[in-house]
Amino acid sequence: MNDAVSIAAAVREGKISAVEVTQAALQRIAQRQELNCFTAITDESALHDAKRIDDAIAQGNHPGSLAGVPFAVKNLYDVAGITTLAGAKINAENPPATHDATLVTKLKQAGAILVGTLNMDEYAYGFVTENAHYGATHNPHDFNRVAGGSSGGSAAAVAANLVPLSLGTDTNGSIRVPAAFCGIFGLKPTYGRLSRAGVALFSSSLDHVGPFARSVRDIATVFDLLQGYDDRDPVCTQKSPELCLPQLDRGIENLRIAVAGDYFTKGAEPEAITVVEQVAQALDVTEYITLPEAHRARAAAFIITSCEGANLHMEKLRSRPQDFDFATRDRFLAGALIPSHWYIQAQRFRRWFRDRVKEVFQNIDIILAPTTPCFAPLIGQKTMMLAGEEILIRPHLGLFTQPLSFIGLPVLSVPIHRPGSLPLGVQLIAAPYNEAIILRVAAVLEAKGIVSTHTS
Amino acid sequence: MEKFDVAEYVDRTAAILDLDINPEYRENVIANFEKIHAIAQLVNEFPIPDVEALPTFEP
Repeated sequence: MNDAVSIAAAVREGKISAVEVTQAALQRIAQRQELNCFTAITDESALHDAKRIDDAIAQGNHPGSLAGVPFAVKNLYDVAGITTLAGAKINAENPPATHDATLVTKLKQAGAILVGTLNMDEYAYGFVTENAHYGATHNPHDFNRVAGGSSGGSAAAVAANLVPLSLGTDTNGSIRVPAAFCGIFGLKPTYGRLSRAGVALFSSSLDHVGPFARSVRDIATVFDLLQGYDDRDPVCTQKSPELCLPQLDRGIENLRIAVAGDYFTKGAEPEAITVVEQVAQALDVTEYITLPEAHRARAAAFIITSCEGANLHMEKLRSRPQDFDFATRDRFLAGALIPSHWYIQAQRFRRWFRDRVKEVFQNIDIILAPTTPCFAPLIGQKTMMLAGEEILIRPHLGLFTQPLSFIGLPVLSVPIHRPGSLPLGVQLIAAPYNEAIILRVAAVLEAKGIVSTHTS
Repeated sequence: MEKFDVAEYVDRTAAILDLDINPEYRENVIANFEKIHAIAQLVNEFPIPDVEALPTFEP
């Protein structure tokens, strides 16, 4: 396996040096430039950091659990010395960041090697990573198709085997959608579980951060490393971290699993539902449950995102709207005009919905749902036919992810490799702070060969 | 709900906010606001019992 954990083991055991691993990653990145995953490549500092890891090993020091593992981060994370573009032309005028985001620091402390920053939708407002300023990121499995978004560069870089590990953000589905389209694992942890310090906000009420990887043990390893209270993020939880890696092989015999019915079975291509059924069958799950008013949850998430996003960018919307990506500008402008009553109703509904879903989780531990309603659409494709109806693709891609991030539930999108077809994802959803059981289910599915990553 | 003039709402609210909407974008902003309006109705029409929004959200 070419996952992060196996690379780190090979580096620690001296089978390969961190410098060699880093050079190979930089070479692959250079060879696959046409995918347009990266906005900056930090080759100099990467090779310098790798050399330090090799020196530490030579001196008999422990270089960290991710020693020599190349990683990259969505260009929404601060990286000292690099301007945090956030996919925006406007931000290109900002000075370089002076400090690394907390999660970048944690990965570096574990010995991982930062090789660059990754492309995204402008200000994280999109599901496709078709960026008017910095170009579209291509899906490694089909060059003509989107990688998903907004963390498209993060997912495509892992799926194209450029790095085994990356970080993204998810406000309405921006980790899970690209993970599904690119055929890799993407974890959106519980809201507030991981520190967002040093990550540019989009909609603070809903913004999450999390990792992409190619194996369940990588996701568990990285998630464990990234946990912990951070007073630089006002929503970061003070709950103690719960390590998931030691629990991975506990099995799922005592877990109650159900499929999300109703809302989560409609508005999708048949194959998006079929992959959920495949997973359910593999887990011997037949029960269906309902998350009440899920369509209103999606609507409320939409209103909160529109208001908070517009508020954040108000000054620039006033002074230089012409410099925004056309795909985000008019949505931000319209969002700025939303009456406060609508926003507050959406926030009140959020609490109501959270309490109803909490009741569902009294009888169920894990819920299964599709990640996206379809596989990756073509770059530039605006509409698709669904059940005889023409619908706009871009907003529709968050159909199944938005109601869940709305109330901060932890969700892992697991990849379903479909030979001859594009990958799809299935969401494994748990009650808040129950990432560990999600990963246990994922480990079982991985062991059974039901979920697997596929690089191309 | 009575039908209201979205274009007029957009123009007036933008003026209150000192948000100058370029004529080139205006039509699309109006179209976007119409979408937002329809989506917001899904929330606004739902009778939420007596719950307050969480000042600091805890999932």
